[in-house]
Parts: sequence; structure tokens; C-alpha cells
Amino acid sequence: MGNKTILYTQHVAMGAKIVDFGGWDMPLHYGSQVEEHHRVRQQSGMFDVSHMTVVDVTGPDARDYLRRLLCNDVERLKQKGKALYSAMLNEQGGVIDDLIVYLMTEPGVSGEWYRVVVNCATREKDLRWMSDQVTKMDVALTEQPDLAMIAIQGPEALERVKSVLSPFRQNLIDQLNLFQGQESEGWFIARTGYTGEDGLEIMLPDDEAEAFWKALAEAGVAPCGLGARDTLRLEAGMNLYGQDMDETVSPLVSNMGWVVAWEPSDRFFVGRDPLEAEKAAGVTFKLVGLAMETGKGVLRHGQTVVIDEENQGYITSGGFSPTLGYAVALARVPFATADEAEVEMRGKRVKVRVVKPPFVRNGQKVYS
Amino acid sequence: MSNIPNELRYVASHEWIRDEGDGTVTIGITDHAQDLLGDVVFVELPEVGDKVSAGDDIGVVESVKAASDVYAPLTGEVVAVNEDLEDAPELVNSDPYGDGWFIRLRLTDADELEDLLDADGYAEHCESES
Repeated sequence: MGNKTILYTQHVAMGAKIVDFGGWDMPLHYGSQVEEHHRVRQQSGMFDVSHMTVVDVTGPDARDYLRRLLCNDVERLKQKGKALYSAMLNEQGGVIDDLIVYLMTEPGVSGEWYRVVVNCATREKDLRWMSDQVTKMDVALTEQPDLAMIAIQGPEALERVKSVLSPFRQNLIDQLNLFQGQESEGWFIARTGYTGEDGLEIMLPDDEAEAFWKALAEAGVAPCGLGARDTLRLEAGMNLYGQDMDETVSPLVSNMGWVVAWEPSDRFFVGRDPLEAEKAAGVTFKLVGLAMETGKGVLRHGQTVVIDEENQGYITSGGFSPTLGYAVALARVPFATADEAEVEMRGKRVKVRVVKPPFVRNGQKVYS
Repeated sequence: MSNIPNELRYVASHEWIRDEGDGTVTIGITDHAQDLLGDVVFVELPEVGDKVSAGDDIGVVESVKAASDVYAPLTGEVVAVNEDLEDAPELVNSDPYGDGWFIRLRLTDADELEDLLDADGYAEHCESES
């Protein structure tokens, strides 16, 4: 018996197939994960992501603490509510977790604070690491386990959400830039997501979550499970922690070089030195996209990618792309890999194209 | 509980068999199997004229979750394959005992039908696996 989010009884009532995910009993799908996928690409769908871990970072040293903890630089957050994708690295430059950090106040004000959202499967090690990194700084870390989180994604997501909210909150949503959130009476409404579509991620008190979920369902937003969440993020070329990167690999071989803020060069962050050394020596692998545009079959996590007789890589995430109608994957391959490769699949070798992710954004194929 | 029609026969590897009464049988995968697999996205089947033996690996079902081999439950010659699955593999999910059928086989030895599980036997088998 795993942990259950506040919406668990709603999932069961809506016919969800429940699976264990990082110790949580979560919906895999409500009938067909492919249909749910299409609903998000074409209309709107909603995901219960209340299992994710929310940690508020407060105190006079909050900014300095995060600038040291994260490889991306919170100094880049210039506007209240702005979000930054980042990662925590270990001393060897391996990825402890990827995360989103929001600046919750105007930058630089007294009382400036941040909200960090990390993965659920890594909760304990993340909290321990974050706590260990406080050292002598004046920082408080406060987990928010009583917040539910619902992601509403798709081209119609904003309109559908607005249709069930007060005029004040409708207006708030209209004012949101991409990758920005705002607070409203205990809710935090952010224009972020994990699907490659426009949409919102809303954190709200547990005791208001069920009514909101039901209202969204009545407004025509399709409940979607973790199955569709995974194929949507894969099409969008977004990494999944534990598959596409973990503590044994650096962001530089995980298509996360853009998440490392090298400047200013005098900013120390945990993992900086090994990353500098790796970069100076020449990065040997890269994370690329694979597209299997012909033939039947599905690329899957763990399959071997053959570049030539001497060079191999491996698929970190693979699956069937419902939008494209064929299999796609993320794979870690030797840095010199060109635009073709073969994948060992069920005793055969099949040809794939090596491409730059993402595969799909806003409902359309985007790679070439 | 999954749907297990009484009039069909089954094997432990989750294929169903319908005796057409003319020396041929129709074969597909069960409701239980499609439920375990999740959305089916590709089906690879043998060709008409192929000779298969009971237990042979004769095809593959690829779903969003996994690739799964399809086994011949009986010995015979393939006389028809379901071409519709090429463009509509989701029929395996929506109608596993009807439009989602896989192949039709002309039996070499009709006595082999005696060795198959009936609905109760298959239900017990599913129970024991869960």
C-alpha cells in the first residue's frame, strides 16, 4: 500500500488503473493513455502531480544558498514569480535531481524567498542533501506536504481553467508570462508544464483540490495518467530523472548544458569544478533524439545503440509517439555520432535517425 | 474482472481460440492480455501460407508498455491474417474477441483442440498469475 494523494478517490471513481510510482499509488491511465495523450496535444488534459515535493526556501541567505546549491543561477530570475529549470549536482558533477525554482517575491527585496519543486522518487535524498548544504547560512527549508498540485495542459488549458475560476484569478492567468507563476489566496498558479504544450501547474491547499479537480472535469478537461505524461514529455524532449540522467552522469552528457550557468565565472556551485574539467577535456558523450520513422517496433529504455563496430550508446527513454505515429527515444551516444545509427531490438538491428530533441511542440512535429 | 467468453478456448500464454467448425480456428489475445499490455501500437503477424507449430513464436504485439511475443496455440497453416490491425492496432484493445482477431489457422490435427483450457480453466490460470 503506497502513499495516496488527496485526489486518489477521484482517480478510482474515474476508472483509473493505479500503479506504484516512487512509493505513491498513482493513475497510469483512465482507459487509454494514447487517447489521453491526444487530448492534451489537441484540447486539454489534467494530471494529478501532488506527489511531487515542494520546498520553500526562506531566510536572508536564500539567494546565496541557491546560487551555491544549483548549477543554474537564480540571479537570472528578474521578475516576481519567474521560474528557472535547474539541477542539484553532487561533488562529482553528477545530477542529484532536476527541479524547478520559482522566485516568489520581487527580486532583491527584504524577505525574498523561493519555492523549489523536486521529484517524488528522490524526495528523501534531496531533502537530506539540501539540508546538508545549508552549513552556516541563515536559511530555512520548509516542505509543503499539504499542497496538492494539478497540471492542466494543452492548447485549450488556460481557457478551460479560467472558466471555473473567479474573475480575479482569470485576470491573474491573463497576466502570466510563460514560465511565470503568481500567488492568490493560498494558490500558486504557474504557466509551466512537462508536456510541450501551453498550460498551467497549480498548487493549492489539499482541502480545495477535489472540488477544483471535479470542476475541471465538468469543464471538459480530460483526466490523464502517468502513461500519457511520459509520452508527452518524451515527445517534448524533456528528461526524466532516473532514466535520462542520474547521479552517475553530468548535465553535459544529458542535453542539459543550457542549464549550467558558467557566468559569472566566480560563482561557485557544487559540482562546478568537475564540470569545468569535463568541458576542458572534451565532452565524450551526448544525449540525442532517435526517430524510427520506418518499420514497426518501439524503441525502449536500455536498448543498445550501435554507431559503428567500435562505438555504442544506449537508449535512456524510448516509446511510441502517438503524435508522430512511430517510436522515438532519447539516447546517450558518443559525441561524434552523426545523423544515423542502428538500435538492437529483439535480436535485430533497426535503422534510426539521430536528431535534436524536441520531437513535438504545440501539437506539431518540430525536429528535422 | 476481465471478460472471458465461455464459447472460446484458451492457452496459458493468453491467446484465445475459436473453433470455426470447418477445420479452422480463429486466434487472438484475451481481454486480460490487452489490459495488461495497455494501448497496442503495432502488431506483427505471420503471412498467409506460413506453417506454424504449437508453441512457436509467430508474431509480436508492441504496446505503450512492452513488446510481447505471440505464440501459436496449435499446429497448422495460416489461412488468413487480420489486415485491419496494420492501420488500427487499437482494435486489439477495443474488441479483443471480435475485430481485434489476429490470424486464422487450418489445423493439422483437430485433436489438439482437446488440450486447450476452457473459460473456467483460463480464469483460474489468470487468478494464479495475479
